[in-house]
Amino acid sequence: MDDRTPGIRPRPTIGRRLDAMARRAFPLAMTVALVLVTAAPFRLPGQAELQNAAALACVWFWSVYRPLSMPPPAVFLVGLLADLLDFAPPGVGVVSLLVAHAAAVRWRRVLTRQGFLLGWLGFVALAAALAALQWLLTSLLTLRLVPVGPALFQAMLAAGLYPALAVLLARAHRTVAEPANA
Amino acid sequence: MPLRQALSKLTLPVFMVASFGLMLLGKADALLAERARMAVADALAPLYAALAEPLSVVHRGIEGARHLATLHEENARLREENDRLRRWQAVALALDAENTTLKAQLRWIPDPAPSFLTARVVADAGGVYARAVLLSLGPNHSVARGQIALDDRGLVGRVTELGARSARVLLLTDMNSRVPVTLENSRGRAILAGTNGARPRLMYWAEGIQPAEGERVVTSAEANTFPPGLPVGVVRYSAGNVPEVVPFARLDRLEVVRLFDYGLKGVLPPEAGIARQPERRR
Repeated sequence: MDDRTPGIRPRPTIGRRLDAMARRAFPLAMTVALVLVTAAPFRLPGQAELQNAAALACVWFWSVYRPLSMPPPAVFLVGLLADLLDFAPPGVGVVSLLVAHAAAVRWRRVLTRQGFLLGWLGFVALAAALAALQWLLTSLLTLRLVPVGPALFQAMLAAGLYPALAVLLARAHRTVAEPANA
Repeated sequence: MPLRQALSKLTLPVFMVASFGLMLLGKADALLAERARMAVADALAPLYAALAEPLSVVHRGIEGARHLATLHEENARLREENDRLRRWQAVALALDAENTTLKAQLRWIPDPAPSFLTARVVADAGGVYARAVLLSLGPNHSVARGQIALDDRGLVGRVTELGARSARVLLLTDMNSRVPVTLENSRGRAILAGTNGARPRLMYWAEGIQPAEGERVVTSAEANTFPPGLPVGVVRYSAGNVPEVVPFARLDRLEVVRLFDYGLKGVLPPEAGIARQPERRR
């Protein structure tokens, strides 16, 4: 990728390559870390919903702003980890995160050009749709109608969490996650 | 490189299909899914157990600060309650003595004292649509599926999934939990069905009995899954006039539970029989 932009740049030593690699791996690493941390025993009310919301917000953000660092295999991995930690039917979280990734990659040209508000609105719509999807899939897989309340709560939590998380992620996007800074 | 581009375009659909495959696999082979989950839980349980200690200190600090505000009323209430309990203690001691003499005269065969072990609750293992907790166990534990978890006040649930150093206890408030119970005053049998809410619901009580508000509910030995008489909770009618049970156990703040081995093999969770033969009942 770097070869396409002309200019003078420092010699790619091993240290610098490792640095660039670490920066490319940062989005996945921080998303996994966040999923693990939100599964820790804080005994917050609605912590499981928080975990889903955090994973969704991270996958969405990095898929929009740095899709090369959040490819489908990484999304799959995050979803699988979240599902296993959650004791949810395996695959439900994976599918919804992949849908989020697909939507983000599909619309990213529009979303990155527009301001934050449009990105957020898009995320809110997506979070609502995915909560409904997860509710439907869980109901199908457990063969019983699970309550709607948690799905609603999860969508609202994701909508509320995103702006706060996006501030931090945007900062990381410009600094630690930028391979050009290596 | 058109081939490479085509391949990179294919990754997302391939992983999408894989995730649906995963869903089917999880449904078809529940055992595999359970093993994978318990492997992750086993790996993380020691970490969370180490974390639980400082976190519970913080929790206790917050709780303490909250109690400071209501110290005065709380004290008065407790003093009053203490007086009442002292009277009950006298009654209980007298009844206990009477019970012992009566049992001695009847040549009553006492129930064997169950063995138990105490385990720390390290994490919530319920997710969005279930109610369960994860326990951290030592590497050479003797816990088995179907063992019964109690906290200091009453029934918590049953061990449903077991790893090398962790166990998952399905709480009695979970949607999939069904506990055979006895209404203590009328001796009527019923089933306590979880709803994922804070209060499980009473179902299928026999005709002619009506669960009374405030009646104590204890486990019943029917179906050979629970020993009789474990305290479960108190009957409360909801706004919709549905009899629910307020559990005695403090399910929202479990820190330590005791796992009792009553040696009951009545109805075990679906994958319990797999240690001996690879049968897959549902």
